[in-house]
Amino acid sequence: MSALLQVEGLSVQFATDRGPVRAVEDLSFSVAAGETVAMVGESGSGKSTAALSLLRLIEPAGGQVSAGRILFDDVDLLGLSSRQLRGVRGSRIGMIFQDPMMALNPIFTIGWQISESLREHLGLSRRAARDRTIELLQRVGIPAPEQRIDQYPHNLSGGMRQRVMIAMALACRPSLLIADEPTTALDVTVQAQVLALINTLKDEFGMAVLLITHDLGVVWETAQRVVVMYAGRKVEEGSVSDVFERPEHPYTRGLLKTARLTDDRAGPLVEIPGTVPNAFEMPHGCRFAPRCAQAFARCEDGVPPDIKVAVGHDVACLLAERAP
Amino acid sequence: MKSFLHFWRRFRRNRAALVALFVLLAITLIAIVGPYVYTVDPFEMMGRASTPPSKRFWLGTDVSGRDVLAGLIHGARVSLLIGVAASLCATLVGLIVGAVAGYYGRAVDNILMRCTDFFLTIPSFVFAVVLIAIFRPSVTNVTIAIGIVSWPPVARLVRAEFIAQREREYVLAARALGMSDIEIMIRQILPNALPPVIVVSSLLVATAILTESGLSFLGLSDPNVISWGYMIGVGRTVLRLAWWMPAIPGIAILVTVLCINLVGEGLNDALNPRVQRR
Amino acid sequence: MNAPLLRAQNLVKEFHTGGRWSGSAGVVHALSDVSFDIEPGETLAVVGESGCGKSTLARCVTALNLQTSGTLLIDGQNAQDLLRREPLRFRRMIQIVFQDPYASLNPRRTIQQSIGDALRLHRMCKSKEQRDAVTALLERVGLSSDYLGRYPHELSGGQRQRVAIARALAVQPRLMVCDEPVSALDVSIQAQIINLLKEIQKALGVAYLFISHNLALVRHISDRIAVMYLGQIVEIGPADAMRRNLLHPYSRALFAATPEIGRDKTAATPMLRGDVPSPINPPSGCRFHTRCPIARPRCAQEAPLLRELDGRQVRCHFAEEMLPAA
Ligand SMILES: Nc1ncnc2c1ncn2[C@@H]1O[C@H](COP(=O)(O)OP(=O)(O)O)[C@@H](O)[C@H]1O
Ligand SMILES: Nc1ncnc2c1ncn2[C@@H]1O[C@H](COP(=O)(O)OP(=O)(O)O)[C@@H](O)[C@H]1O
Ligand code: SF4
Ligand SMILES: [Mg+2]
Ligand SMILES: [Mg+2]
Repeated sequence: MSALLQVEGLSVQFATDRGPVRAVEDLSFSVAAGETVAMVGESGSGKSTAALSLLRLIEPAGGQVSAGRILFDDVDLLGLSSRQLRGVRGSRIGMIFQDPMMALNPIFTIGWQISESLREHLGLSRRAARDRTIELLQRVGIPAPEQRIDQYPHNLSGGMRQRVMIAMALACRPSLLIADEPTTALDVTVQAQVLALINTLKDEFGMAVLLITHDLGVVWETAQRVVVMYAGRKVEEGSVSDVFERPEHPYTRGLLKTARLTDDRAGPLVEIPGTVPNAFEMPHGCRFAPRCAQAFARCEDGVPPDIKVAVGHDVACLLAERAP
Repeated sequence: MKSFLHFWRRFRRNRAALVALFVLLAITLIAIVGPYVYTVDPFEMMGRASTPPSKRFWLGTDVSGRDVLAGLIHGARVSLLIGVAASLCATLVGLIVGAVAGYYGRAVDNILMRCTDFFLTIPSFVFAVVLIAIFRPSVTNVTIAIGIVSWPPVARLVRAEFIAQREREYVLAARALGMSDIEIMIRQILPNALPPVIVVSSLLVATAILTESGLSFLGLSDPNVISWGYMIGVGRTVLRLAWWMPAIPGIAILVTVLCINLVGEGLNDALNPRVQRR
Repeated sequence: MNAPLLRAQNLVKEFHTGGRWSGSAGVVHALSDVSFDIEPGETLAVVGESGCGKSTLARCVTALNLQTSGTLLIDGQNAQDLLRREPLRFRRMIQIVFQDPYASLNPRRTIQQSIGDALRLHRMCKSKEQRDAVTALLERVGLSSDYLGRYPHELSGGQRQRVAIARALAVQPRLMVCDEPVSALDVSIQAQIINLLKEIQKALGVAYLFISHNLALVRHISDRIAVMYLGQIVEIGPADAMRRNLLHPYSRALFAATPEIGRDKTAATPMLRGDVPSPINPPSGCRFHTRCPIARPRCAQEAPLLRELDGRQVRCHFAEEMLPAA
């Protein structure tokens, strides 16, 4: 069975004053229909760049896809004309962002923005689109949608705006939802609501979700599979239970240890020493090598290959070679 | 030093501003050393009145037979001097008023901004005319008058910058350390608020030169020194007979003001972090 | 008995917002009746969601804002009196570290200048020795003297936060208010900064008022914890007791909502309805009743008081129900 979304060898770079920044390098992963895949990594690890590239939204930001294929239902999105792409965006793939204010137009009512998308993609009449919009707002848990529909984005709280974004992304029942840190700007109690909402809607619509986050707790509680990113490269991929219980990459291990707070106050927290490498001075070999306690000479020679340590569990670390 | 180099790299990118800067430097150089090199007295009758440009008088003579080139060179000095001094004056007043209003807010802000608005509502040229009419027209008074009518926009800008900065956490940290208000304003906030102010005051130089020209055109400037505006005023009566007479200082003003504006724009691009590189 | 290092008594802070013409004029009840003690060398954590008044509390304690009413006692002395009589002494006792390391350092001053300002203002050393003193402080926070001449934009977020900590340490404060010092940092850097803070505490005996929105994190690192909701403390007590169990429905919901690795995914976590109400018109009675999973009619009418229960103080009429069945 082929995956709904199959990304192969995706590389994206930005041209800047100081030379090219290779924000994403040789990234491959897949999302099966109906599954939630989390992409996790620290800020600057290339998560947003990868997500935006999937819909070719990186070009306006100055980015350039330099290699790779993005197969969605076996069609390479990189080969589509911009008209064809518009048909995919919004109707077959929905997207939500960290800051809903960026995606919502402040001068139009939320109702207008949602129904416009319905009319464009589904060809609904004005009346029908409005009814559908109210239904959608109701569905994403916005109280009194008949009144809210005529309000402007700034009238809503952060949590409400994110719900509107979800309603908008789901308006045409896409088969894939890309959510780029949808809850990072929200408080935890509201985050829980929004994540639960995404989860129920996913089951209801049978949609797949690519959830981008930096919070391993969120990954654990919402995703089936996880892609761990570090400095623009995928370092580990696998099912959440495999990766969380048997992490193979030293970076994943470190992250999990820092994130797992025990209630005992005895020792200091586990930390990963050092900082993420500068985008202009990326190490030649494994990008984590300068911070890795287990690094050895060969780590600096070349980029470690993806090594399969279990079914569906890949690790880009030379240490994994030694494992049986 | 490092930050100056950085600034220069960014400034250099705007070609027009770079060219304008060199033109301005040339004009300034002429204004400073010109009178020593070309020693003709601009007020002395040198030949026949209203001769067109010739070998002897490169730019001709005016209605009283004075050398227009000499006037242009000496006038550059006065026009630039008044322009720069008036702009500095306005910037200083604007900085003080804006900083105090923006930093302290509340009642202080209210009072100072009411004053500023009052000055803003009076048409500035008319106001300058009235000021000169009351006081004797001398270079100093003209400079001060122009300064007085041009500070309000600076004050508003500085105030906005100070309001934006005063709640920033680095300012709070300075307050938490017990730093005095004066020191916070001068040492901490001012360097951060300065870039847009530099842009505006560079543009003020252009406005001040124009205002001064207007004043001397009306005969309201210092009668003892020659300025470009004065030369236009003199030439205006014979515009149809000797068009070059007002046109030459007019072009000088135009070029100078244009260059200042271009440089101001370049400064804006280079100093304003919001116009980031792509 | 000795006076505590800091005692906050019934702090109230209100902001007046909106113009007469905008129609949105109102009073923001940012802090309502907040009281607590901090003993020398201990960590009191304050947790709550955004807008519950944590930063306002930090600013009142550091006298960056003046409270509307209530008193602050430092070493038994009235803070306002102290601030009037000996402002520098007050400033030396309490320092603050902010959340956003990008905003808390002056972008136009070098690291040496920023830290040097603190040393100079409080005459912590002769001006000749300033460079050495700054170097020593940088080393204290794990940075080398290479950073002396750098500007903030040349540093990463974690490094800037270290500089901000060094600047606060420069005056040898007895209390450091840390307003979400790690919230803006990456996970792998958060642990570094928290460990640094703990290590400094061990070495210098400084007390912390540690503000955070992560209840799981503060249970790990603090001696006492206060949970805030809409400007009020709803539960405050020793971390040991709060680790054992949480008795206020809000503390529970907050803890449950924090995603945690390894937690049983199928277990239904009680989820709060809706958003935090506006502090301009806080709900009547218990401020939490609009979202509380166990609210009764009484909650909307009668405001609960903080009361002693199971080794901590709780502001809930029905907190007993949260006690584990005996
Ligand atoms: N518009 C841009 N121009 C230049 N570099 C960029 C741009 N957007 C992102 N980058 C760089 O790409 C890298 C990855 O960024 P991003 O995808 O936003 O990471 P994440 O979403 O994981 O935080 C970073 O090093 C960042 O500096
Ligand atoms: N200067 C101010 N003017 C008006 N309202 C304010 C001001 N500062 C804070 N507030 C309000 O006070 C409440 C508490 O804010 P804050 O202390 O910043 O919360 P927290 O730090 O917990 O997120 C918020 O509703 C906020 O909007
Ligand atoms: S007093 Fe009532 S509403 Fe408030 S927390 Fe307790 S049960 Fe909930
Ligand atoms: Mg991102
Ligand atoms: Mg805050």
